[in-house]
Amino acid sequence: MVPLSYYLVLSAILFACGVAGFLIKRNIITLFLSIELMLNGVNLSFIAFAAQLKSLDGHIFVFFVMVVAAAEAAVGLAIIIAVFRTRESLNVDRVNLLKL
Amino acid sequence: MGIGTFIVVSLIKIVIAVFVLLTAVAYTTLLERKVVAHIQNRWGPSRVGPFGIWQPLADGLKFIFKEDLTPPYANKPLYLAAPVIALVTALTSMAVIPIGPWITVGSIHTPLQITDVNIGLLVILGITSLGVYGAALAGWSSNSKYSMLASLRASAQMMSYEIALGLSLIGVLILAGSFSLRDIVDSQSGTWLGFIPRWNLFKGQFVAFFIYIMAAYAETNRIPFDLAEAESELVAGYHTEYSSMKFAMFFMAEYANMFTVACLASVLFLGGWSGPVFGPPIVQSLMPVFWFALRVFAFIFIYIWVRGTLPRFRYDQLMAFGWKFLLPLAIANIVVTSLVVALK
Amino acid sequence: MLHLLLFFIFAAICVAGAINLLAQKHPINSALSLIVVMGSLAVLYLLLGAEFVAALQLIVYAGAVMVLFVFVIMLLNAGVEERTEHGSRVAIVLGVPGLIIGLGIVAWVVSHLAGLDKIAIGGPTIMNGAEVFGNPQAVGRLLFLDYLLPFEVTSILILIAIMGAVVLARREE
Repeated sequence: MVPLSYYLVLSAILFACGVAGFLIKRNIITLFLSIELMLNGVNLSFIAFAAQLKSLDGHIFVFFVMVVAAAEAAVGLAIIIAVFRTRESLNVDRVNLLKL
Repeated sequence: MGIGTFIVVSLIKIVIAVFVLLTAVAYTTLLERKVVAHIQNRWGPSRVGPFGIWQPLADGLKFIFKEDLTPPYANKPLYLAAPVIALVTALTSMAVIPIGPWITVGSIHTPLQITDVNIGLLVILGITSLGVYGAALAGWSSNSKYSMLASLRASAQMMSYEIALGLSLIGVLILAGSFSLRDIVDSQSGTWLGFIPRWNLFKGQFVAFFIYIMAAYAETNRIPFDLAEAESELVAGYHTEYSSMKFAMFFMAEYANMFTVACLASVLFLGGWSGPVFGPPIVQSLMPVFWFALRVFAFIFIYIWVRGTLPRFRYDQLMAFGWKFLLPLAIANIVVTSLVVALK
Repeated sequence: MLHLLLFFIFAAICVAGAINLLAQKHPINSALSLIVVMGSLAVLYLLLGAEFVAALQLIVYAGAVMVLFVFVIMLLNAGVEERTEHGSRVAIVLGVPGLIIGLGIVAWVVSHLAGLDKIAIGGPTIMNGAEVFGNPQAVGRLLFLDYLLPFEVTSILILIAIMGAVVLARREE
């Protein structure tokens, strides 16, 4: 059996990778991927605690996090497509004027 | 059963399953060519051995000896990975499909299934979802306009019909009460009035079966839904730029998917391996496998029959069919099934 | 023992995938690394007895959301990422591993102080010969009885997301 803290450390590492990606990457799509990575790290810690407390509420929460992440990915990618149409670039530094 | 015995038995089952699946795939190609040929009033392959029996072998040798080109500026790792993803996901689905009841060989009592997980149906849906990547990455990594467009069409089609496929299975789930494929088959054993078998098809899931068949044809990119890879559309679809073994892998993946879908239909709607069992004990333990194989063969024969008979859908007709007809129909099927079960 | 071995293998794959996501220049490689991370996370969920969530992770997250990402990357033909004008190389080379290792150490210290490294978790929970934890029946019961309102609200959320995505991505006519 695996101690709980191992799962929490893994979850923290994944979340940190997501935060680091969000801060250093310049491509909008990679930013979104880092957000998804953060959400996955959080999901892991939910499931780990649910396994420890033997409570299924953690699983339900992860279910809802997945649903919200899916909705957010859909809308976010639609926004990216709209931004790309006008600015022809996926570099987030180029999106610095309200009206092109 | 100790862990060592379990691993050895599982490995034997995996080897047998992969071997049988690949042979079935090879001979399904021969079956297809013969049946389509007879529909078109000609013979089909008949030179390479009696009735063309060795034709798949000849085809395999041909694939091995063909030149293996890579298009210039293709994304090499993805170009190599795409057919592998397609083939691996097609073969892995066989891991949870039961082909017979528990058998006893010597001192080992084991089910005729590589592994019986209690979320078997979800595993199959998950692996089917991952199969979309084979098509998506193949077209994109080939660095060719036709491949790219065709792969976008094929992946969009596969994703859309996956939804109808999944929803059509929910009626079966409600009737059986479990995701485990073995439990679903066990809930279909027995007969009414002594001769009508208790298949899910006869328990009212004929609409679901209809939706499942059409979603399966679309998932496996077969006629009438094969716009994305037909020979006269967009050159050859997302595997235009593939040659020799990589193309053979796509080819095998398509037929393996067909086989998996047929096995799943037999398990979920046609009663699995139920059928009259007679004879000496050795034959008795293998008769269910024979009945299962008969159902799978019938399903694949219908697949090929449809391929030889129908024209193909245009892409917008195809997507409209999946979203505007099959999806509401599948949801209606779920509502009706749950009402019937709840009010019983 | 087997659990520990499997945990380390798949945790290593997770971390490797996450680091690869940061290291790759082209977004398609980052997306594929994220798919690998999600796959190994699904295996970790199975180790923790959450089989329904593991299947959902594969079907919904790795099989639908990530396909959406891959589609957008393919459609927009997103090229290799440009080098940013503002950031400093040294800060990135020192800061990213520092952040990851730092947060890992913080998590380890906090969970050690809370005594959580003495609690071992994992494995299926079987009662009366049937699994009762993490299987679809149990999760479904909770979802449709106790959490019915959030379930219905999320269905409206998805409807709004669909409408939003269709409107936002539409070409200006």
